[in-house]
Formats: sequence, structure tokens, C-alpha cells
Amino acid sequence: MDVRVSAGVGAPYEEEQMSKVRVLVGTRKGAFILTSDGKREDWDVSGPHFAGWEIYHLKGSPADPNRLYASQSSGWFGQMIQRSNDGGQTWEPVGNKFEYEGVPGTHQWYDGTPHPWEFKRVWHLEPSLNDPDTVYAGVEDAALFRSTDGGQTWQELAGLRGHGSGASWAPGAGGMGLHTILLDPINPGRMFIAISAAGAFRSDDAGATWRPINRGLKSDYIPDEEAEVGHCVHRIAMHPSRPDVLFMQKHWDVLRTDDAGELWHEVSGNLPTDFGFVIDVHAHEPETIYVVPIKSDSEHYPPDGKLRVYRSRTGGNDWEALTSGLPQRDCYVNVLREAMAVDSLDPCGVYFGTTGGQVYASADAGDSWTPIVRDLPAVLSVEVQILP
Amino acid sequence: MIRVILPQHLRTLANVGREVTLEVEGPVTQRSLLDALETRYPMLRGTIRDQVTQQRRPLLRFFACKKDLSYEPPDDPLPIEVTSGAEPFYIIGAIAGG
Repeated sequence: MDVRVSAGVGAPYEEEQMSKVRVLVGTRKGAFILTSDGKREDWDVSGPHFAGWEIYHLKGSPADPNRLYASQSSGWFGQMIQRSNDGGQTWEPVGNKFEYEGVPGTHQWYDGTPHPWEFKRVWHLEPSLNDPDTVYAGVEDAALFRSTDGGQTWQELAGLRGHGSGASWAPGAGGMGLHTILLDPINPGRMFIAISAAGAFRSDDAGATWRPINRGLKSDYIPDEEAEVGHCVHRIAMHPSRPDVLFMQKHWDVLRTDDAGELWHEVSGNLPTDFGFVIDVHAHEPETIYVVPIKSDSEHYPPDGKLRVYRSRTGGNDWEALTSGLPQRDCYVNVLREAMAVDSLDPCGVYFGTTGGQVYASADAGDSWTPIVRDLPAVLSVEVQILP
Repeated sequence: MIRVILPQHLRTLANVGREVTLEVEGPVTQRSLLDALETRYPMLRGTIRDQVTQQRRPLLRFFACKKDLSYEPPDDPLPIEVTSGAEPFYIIGAIAGG
């Protein structure tokens, strides 16, 4: 299928000559901001910001690109939320009190016993599409919070944990984190989230009520492989022009849904392994998707030591390896779930970061790759902004 | 005047030097000292004690007068050397991990 649309609904392609690109990188030991012009050839590196702290995620507001939010955490000092109003030049700490609503209750622990819900950290920050002061936070232990005052105070959207299956959720090896938040730009009030290892969920009323959307998923690591919840979803992605179409990288299997999660089907096709963490969608071609296959169980590095991005131009099943500029021997890094992003320039830029500290960029939709930086701390997240 | 020594990351967060001084009203205890610290430097809320449970974070310790006070009840009086300002109250990050 050859479909080209704008990434911003109704917005034209952005001109590479007129634009500035800002890549926001969260790492195990701080945040880095990488900037370039629209050619995406020469880069300036700013950082580390919050040196020594884990930056699980930082992201800019679509409504005000200079408003950034960052999740800053530490095993010693807990969770901080930082906010910038100048594109990351200066930051201020805002509210960091994440209190579960009511009696938190229990979820399942690794051994199947009930375990109290305990806040550990913020995995993902998703600014509102149209209000810079509204931002959502996906946290571990899995829950969704919202701030409407620029991050000063946070309220749990407790309908998610309270919808019925919450007590049966269990953590994956990396913890029980709510890691994906997708806001539907066309259907007001519709949003999607994903949790490891509970699955994907949808709300049609701005987060008040939720239901699981995991029909069609099969996971042979849970007693009922087609259970309503319990699937280790690693990432879901959407093209803003078609929010009913979602793509998923699961702990084994790449899948898609064409009806907002009512039914998923597998599109792993000819991938060398259907395990991986990231998945993303081309900014102008809603049927062009990207994954980075990773060997598992437990190895979590590229098959055969070759770092390859796989691209499908058919919405899955038929995949091509993209290798130009990427190491094709002795490469044993991982690419974590938050660590891929696409920009809205034409040609579409694609970016990903590795646990080895490289951030790779492609200015030609994945045909060729260049490392922007090679030696950062392990990369946890990558986001990109296009600035006028 | 109470003297408090902060670990490096909290100094950066609060934009202060190694030692800060506080006025604490009423009996000087771990709780009243930390309350005063968080009132003066609100960005430190949640970094020393959990905001919901008020429990000390597990990888932090409280030292004073060459003693580990981490497990002392939070409402017990602190040593006179701390309340008089002769000795500082140390908030220490555990030597752990990478």
C-alpha cells in the first residue's frame, strides 16, 4: 500500500531547510539534548542534564515545543519531575507526589502472591496534544496519573487499576511499568496505554474508565495464552492520521489492529526474531513501520551480532533489513522500548538509542544510518521535536 | 541553628553548598528537622523521605556525633550537640551500586 499523509493531522510536511531538529535522550546517568538543522547532518550535544540520575523519559509538549517534561529518578533519592520552559536550557523541579487513589490494594507478585501497590518511578510522560500544562505520567507499579497544572500536582486516573483485572496484574522482569500512552488526535477522549506485563488498555472517556484490548494476543508464558490480561506488551505505536490502527511489539510477536484494539493479528512475517522492544510508524506513510529484532529469551542483543532495523512498507509481514551505517558484526547492545522516534520532516527521520550509548539517526527513512553520538550512558528513551 | 550536611545530588537539586543551616521550632527531632529542611527547600520533598509513608528512603542514612541515628524513632530528640549547632546532622547516601 502506498499511502502518504502528514504526521500532524491537516499539517503540511515540514521543510528540512527551515527547520531545527531537537532529539531528547534519556539515559541511565542523565539527559542529553541533541540539536541539528533540518539536514540532520551536524549535531550539537548538550548535557548531561541531571548528571548521575536515571532519566527514564523526557518529552516536549506538542502545543508548546519549548515546554519539556523529564522523569528524573534515583534508587537513593526517589522520583523527581523536571520542567523546562525554554527547550531544556533551564529546568525547575515540579511536583513529585504520586499517591494512589484510595486504598492501593494489591497486585500479583512474581510468585503469584498478592503484593501491595507501591510507587517506584515514572516510566513515561505524555504531554497533552493541545495544553502545555496537561501531562500524563505512566508509573511503576502500573498506574496512570495526570497533571493539569504543569506537573505541580498529580492525580491518579484510578479507573485503570480499578476496572477489575488490576489485582491479577504481575510485573515482568523489568518491573510492572505503564510505559506507553497514546492520545488519539481525532477521537476526543480516546487514549491507549500499555503495561508490562498486563497488556494494552483503552479509554473512550478521557481516562475515567478503561477496558483491556488484548483479544488476538497469544502468550505461551501465561497459563491461558489468550487471557484477557497478562500479556507482556513492550510497545504500541500509532500514526496520528489513523488512530484506529495500532502496531504492537510484544514479548514475542509483532501485531496490528485495525479497529482500535478490538482484535489484533500477528504481522511478524519474515523477521529474524519476533522479539524486540521498540516499534514506530513513518511520519508520512502510515503503513511503513519499524522494529529492531532482539534475540531472546534473556540474551537481549541483536541476532548474530548484527544491529538491524527492520522496515515494513506493507503494515507488517513483509520486512526488509536496514543495515547501512549500522554495525554488522560484534554488536551486542539492546534497544529499549522508549528508545525510538521519528520526526516529521520529509524525508522522515528515524532515531534510536542503544544500551551501548549510541544514538543513531537516519535522515532518509531508514535507508542509511549515522551515529549522532557513540558513547553516552545506556540510552533509555529517545524523542524528537521539529522546531520552526 | 541546626547544621545539616547534604549528599551531593541533593545539594545540586537544592542549589546549595555542602552544609545548610536551619531554624527549627520546638523540639529538635529527625521529623522536625526534615520538616524544616523541606519547608525551606521544597524541591527536596520526597528525596529523603517517601512523601506518602514518610519513611526514610532505604539507601539513605542519618549520622550525627559519630553515631548512626537512622533507626532511631523520628520523634526522639536529637543529640544536644546537634541542637546547639556544635555538630552537624549528616544525610548520607549509601555507597551502593553503579
